[in-house]
Amino acid sequence: MSDARTTSRAAPVVQTGPVQWAKENLFNGPVNTALTLISLYVLWLAIPPLVNWALIDAVFTPDPATCKAASGACWGFITEKYRLMLSGTYPYEQQWRPVVAMVVLLGLIGMSMNSRFWNIWLAAYWVVGIVVMGVLMWGGVLGLPYVENAKWGGLPLTLILAVNGIVFSFPLAIALALGRRSNMPAIRAVCVTFIELVRGVPLITVLFMASLMLPLFLPEGMTIDKLLRAQVGIILFTAAYEAEVIRGGLQALPRGQFEAGDSLGLSYWQKTGLIILPQALKLVIPPMVNTFISMFKDTSLVIIIGLFDLLGSVRLAANDPMWRPFYVEGLVFVAVIYFIFCYTIARYSEHVERLARKGERR
Amino acid sequence: MNETQTGATDGNDPIIELRKLNKWYGSFHVLRDIDLSVARQERIVVCGPSGSGKSTMIRCINKLEDYQGGELHVDGTLLNDDVKNIDHVRREVGMVFQHFNLFPHLTILQNLTLAPVWVRKLPKKEAEDTAMHYLARVKIAEQAKKYPGQLSGGQQQRVAIARSLCMNPRIMLFDEPTSALDPEMIKEVLDVMVELAREGMTMICVTHEMGFAKEVADRVVFMDAGEIVEQAPPDRFFDNPSSERTKLFLSQIL
Repeated sequence: MSDARTTSRAAPVVQTGPVQWAKENLFNGPVNTALTLISLYVLWLAIPPLVNWALIDAVFTPDPATCKAASGACWGFITEKYRLMLSGTYPYEQQWRPVVAMVVLLGLIGMSMNSRFWNIWLAAYWVVGIVVMGVLMWGGVLGLPYVENAKWGGLPLTLILAVNGIVFSFPLAIALALGRRSNMPAIRAVCVTFIELVRGVPLITVLFMASLMLPLFLPEGMTIDKLLRAQVGIILFTAAYEAEVIRGGLQALPRGQFEAGDSLGLSYWQKTGLIILPQALKLVIPPMVNTFISMFKDTSLVIIIGLFDLLGSVRLAANDPMWRPFYVEGLVFVAVIYFIFCYTIARYSEHVERLARKGERR
Repeated sequence: MNETQTGATDGNDPIIELRKLNKWYGSFHVLRDIDLSVARQERIVVCGPSGSGKSTMIRCINKLEDYQGGELHVDGTLLNDDVKNIDHVRREVGMVFQHFNLFPHLTILQNLTLAPVWVRKLPKKEAEDTAMHYLARVKIAEQAKKYPGQLSGGQQQRVAIARSLCMNPRIMLFDEPTSALDPEMIKEVLDVMVELAREGMTMICVTHEMGFAKEVADRVVFMDAGEIVEQAPPDRFFDNPSSERTKLFLSQIL
């Protein structure tokens, strides 16, 4: 808002250009100059050998003998074994099925991430997509041979565990966080006990117990699917962590927001759903996404109960005596895949944060 | 709106009645034997030093605070732990807070229509018409599509008043509505409150604005240390107070 009587001065001109930028950010003062030089020296030492290993001296043909002779990386291991790494123990000649299922899943996720598709049709696409994926993965109909889910593996398994983990842990976490702040002592006690119990033990223990202990308590002959047990373990574990994150958001809201809702006569659920949760969840997007990313990578722990996810499948590939020396190359390969997914989640969460803040300035 | 289940009273009964109201925070006795009766269309200003229990008292009237002794009737309903009674009272009593407490994630218009649509079950269109009507009355209709964070403090407080009015309340409670405002914005909020008082709204205002008290109050209630020390019409209260504590307080603020 400018007053006609006051004259505004132009903002001081800021020098631009790379030289000016370097002067201001890298060489302003002796300490920064020294740090810059040291960093440059470390990069000078580190980068050339890395490039030599990864590219110049690397072998790209799938031939273990050539690989052994060379001093660089053996990417031939990947070209030879990528199907095993990506699809795990899924029957070799049927591996097109998990690939198609994965494309369907990623397509649906991609659509769900775009606000243009947020309407009733999206729900319909998901229903159809889930049926298609189920038919592809399990088979047993339409002439597709049946594949039991203990054989599922690789990237599809990782994605199934992660997506279900996020989708089902989120509402459970909200319920737990609300329950922990409830006025009703019984509900509060149940929620506190659950949260403290579950996050007090390592995920690996939860998975192990789900796999080995649970069958001991079940009646003779009754079994619960191994994959399902692992999935439930991951969901419960993630929900306990998420619940505490969401509780942080609930506590960050000023008391006045609750009181304003009360004074207008809103019921508990109206107040929670319309006023409290929209604000609390928005506040905790960064730590919430943090937990999801962490969970995405923790799915690799299912190896200990004999499921071969993406990371597990690489270990499986490296069991081949001919290729065993090149395990590291396999790990680099999956690291890149994990990074692509995690970085995408991180960037998308920034986008959601911006979307949530639209128009609302303080 | 005719709420029959409350045994609505005839026009002469007080619309708010506090009898021997007592409240403790732990061992701290914050309200002591409060007796206060407010008639329909009466305008009450409550003043007193900070910590005297004045905010706590009016916050009991819509059950934002619990009380431990005595009785409290609002609009013919006994305000106890019965959720139905609390809901009924909150629908009939509007409240304006010191810090506005608008919902920052909703636009101004959405702030105003939320409760009418969800609590009163009004159709959205009707709620929006009512909202625009009250926004125009507090002279802020052009801001309807903005978010609270984009408005000045005075504008936000006027929106907060309009938000309460959209519920068509019989009673309005004001809890230090101008205390958080910059000095140049106090008048615009007081103007709206004066207008509301002129139209016959039953009002209880906790405020330090003595000019407002002189202009519109039917009665000024002075509280100190959890007690009502003195209550009188404004001319007598300011010119000829009977209690020494009142005189001391007035000498400090005037």
